[in-house]
Amino acid sequence: MIGRITRNAGALALMLVSISAFAAGGDLGQLEKQPTNWTAIIMFAVFVVATLFITKAAAAKTKSAADFYTAGGGITGFQNGMAIAGDYMSAASFLGISAAVMANGYDGLIYSIGFLVGWPVITFLMAERLRNLGKFTFADVAAYRFSQTPIRAFAASGTLVVVAFYLIAQMVGAGQLIKLLFGLEYWMAVVIVGALMMVYVLFGGMTATTWVQIIKACLLLAGATFMAVMVLAKFGFSPEAMFAKAVEIKTMLASQDAKVIEEAAAKGVEASNLAATKGLSIMGPGTFVKDPISAISFGMALMFGTAGLPHILMRFFTVPDAKEARKSVLWATTWIGYFYVLTFIIGFGAICFVLTNPEFLEGVGKLRGGGNMAAIHLASAVGGNVFLGFISAVAFATILAVVAGLTLSGASAVSHDLYATVFKKGKASSEDELKVSRMTTIALGVIAVVLGIAFEKQNIAFMVSLAFAIAASANFPVLFMSVLWKDCTTRGAAMGGFLGLITAVVLTVLSKSVWVDVLHMADAPVFPYTSPALFSMTAGFVGIWLFSILDNSPRAKEDRAGYLAQKVRSETGIGAAGASGH
Amino acid sequence: MQKETAAAIAANPKYQRLVATRSSFGWLLTAIMMVVYYGYIGIIAFDKELLAKPLGSGVMTLGIPVGLGVILFTIIITGIYVRRANTEFDALTQEIIKESRS
Repeated sequence: MIGRITRNAGALALMLVSISAFAAGGDLGQLEKQPTNWTAIIMFAVFVVATLFITKAAAAKTKSAADFYTAGGGITGFQNGMAIAGDYMSAASFLGISAAVMANGYDGLIYSIGFLVGWPVITFLMAERLRNLGKFTFADVAAYRFSQTPIRAFAASGTLVVVAFYLIAQMVGAGQLIKLLFGLEYWMAVVIVGALMMVYVLFGGMTATTWVQIIKACLLLAGATFMAVMVLAKFGFSPEAMFAKAVEIKTMLASQDAKVIEEAAAKGVEASNLAATKGLSIMGPGTFVKDPISAISFGMALMFGTAGLPHILMRFFTVPDAKEARKSVLWATTWIGYFYVLTFIIGFGAICFVLTNPEFLEGVGKLRGGGNMAAIHLASAVGGNVFLGFISAVAFATILAVVAGLTLSGASAVSHDLYATVFKKGKASSEDELKVSRMTTIALGVIAVVLGIAFEKQNIAFMVSLAFAIAASANFPVLFMSVLWKDCTTRGAAMGGFLGLITAVVLTVLSKSVWVDVLHMADAPVFPYTSPALFSMTAGFVGIWLFSILDNSPRAKEDRAGYLAQKVRSETGIGAAGASGH
Repeated sequence: MQKETAAAIAANPKYQRLVATRSSFGWLLTAIMMVVYYGYIGIIAFDKELLAKPLGSGVMTLGIPVGLGVILFTIIITGIYVRRANTEFDALTQEIIKESRS
C-alpha cells in the first residue's frame, strides 16, 4: 500500500501512510520479498544469542510472581526510561515516519509530534499515582477502592482487546518486514518472532523483556544517530543546505511528473512554476491536518491513548518508587523526542540520497521494496552493506521487543486480574499465578502466530489506530476517574468504561479504514473523521460520571468512603508496594 | 491503610500543602502543554501559510523551528515538573511520612 505512494502523494495516500505508520506499531503493508541478506541475518543472530543469555540470567532470578510481572520492582529510572522508549519506538514508527517525511516532508514532523505530547501529561497527572497505588497491572490501580470483580473484568477486557489488535498488527508487520529485509518466507518470519518472544517472556519474564527493550533502544538510537550525522555531514552540517537540496530534488521530480504538467496546463500556469511550488511544499504543512475535528480527535487518541496502553502502564511498576517512576518518564520523553528529530533528518536524507539513486528505485521516485524502505535504503547509501545489515537486524529486534512487552501485559491481565483476583478471589499462591501467566504466554504466542498468518493478506491498517482509540476511550477514563474523582463508583467505572470501549469499536468500524477499505460497504464512510477518540472518550467520561452520580447502592457508599485512604496513599506512597529486593 | 491513619495524615497541614501545591502545579503544566500542542495543531488547521513562510532568503520555513521547538518544549516541561517533584515535593512527602510514624 505504501509502495504506491509517489512524490505527488495526495491526501488519501498520506492518510494511508499515517494510519499505517500509526503509533508505536502498525501495518507495514504488502511488501515484496527480497534476496536473502546474510549480513543482516548474522547480525540478528548475534542479537538473539546475546538476548538469550540475558534471558538465561534473568530466568535464574525470576522466582515469584513479582519477579515475573515487574522484575521485582528493581529496575532504575534510567533503565526503565530506556525500556519505555524501546517499547514506544517500533519498527513501524522508525520506517513509517521516515517514509512519511520522505514522501511529504513537514507533515511527517506534525505526525510524530502527536506521539510525544502524551508523555508530559502522563508525568504530571498519572506516573506517581500509578506507582503508589499499583502492583502488577493497571487494574490494581483502577480497582483499588472498588468491587474487584467488575473492574478487573473490565480492565482485563480492555487490556486483552488492546493487546490483541496491537499484537496482530505487529505480527503482520513483522512478517512483511522480515520477508523484505531478510528474504525469508512470511510464515517462517512470523513463527520465528512468535517463538523468540515466547522464550523471552516465559523464562525471563519482565527482567528479560526489559533488557531486550533496553538493548534494542540503544541499538536503534545509535543506528539512527549515525545515519542522521552522516546525512548532515554530507552538507557540512548545514540544515539549510540539506533542505535546499531536498527542495531542489522534489522540484526536479515534480517537473518530470506528467500529472504536474497536466495540472499546470489545466490551470494555465507554467509547469516549472508549479513544480517549484510542489518542491517547496515539503517545507510547510500539507494535507495531513485536514479538518480541525479530525486533527483534534487524532491528537487526543495519541495523547491519551499512550496513557491507557497496558504494556506501557505496566512499566511504571518495575521501578522502586515514585521518584524513579518520574525519572523514567523524563528519560523516555527525552529519548523519544530525540528519536523523532532523527527520523525527520533521516526522511530528508532519504529525499537527497535515495530518491535520486537509480540503485534504490523502480521507475521515477518509486522505491524498490515499497515506500517504507526509505530508511533502509538510506542506511545502505550512507553506511554501505554492513550498516544496511545492522539497521535491518535492529528493525527485527525492535519488533521482537515490542511483541514481548505486549504478550507480558496480556499474560498478566489473565493471570493476575482474571485468575488470581476474579476466580480465586485473591487467594491464589504466587506459584499458581506464575503457572497461569506462563500458560497464557504460550497461548498468546500461538494465537499471535496463527492470527499473524491468517491476516497476512488483510488490510490491517486500522488495528493499531483502534488499539490507541480503545486505550484512550476505555482504559484511560476509568483509570483517571477512579484515581482523581471522589464520587466515582464501581458501577460508574465499569459501565462508562465499557461504553467508551464499545463506542470506539463501533465508530472505527463505521470509519473509512474499515467500512470502506476493508468491508467495502459503501464509497463514503458513515463516520467521517480520522479518529473516533474525541467522541468515544467523551462517551467514556460522560458514562462514568452519569452512572456514578445515579448510583445510590450500598457499594457506591463504600466506594466513595474508600477515596480518602486511596488519595493519601496515591499522594504520599505510604503503604505502596516496594521493591522486593534481590 | 487504616482509615484512621489516612484521616490523620489528611489532617496534617503539610499533607494539605503538598496536595494543593503539587496538583495545581501539575494541572497548570498540563494546561500549558495542551495550549502549546493544540495551538500548534490549530495554527496548521486554520492557517497553513503561516508555518510555510520562509525565514530568510533560503528555503528554511518558520514551521521547522516551531515544530522542533514543540519537541524541545515537551522535554523541558517534563523536566521542570520532575525536578520540582523529585526535590521539593519529595522532601515534603518524606516529612509527612516521618510524622505519620511518630
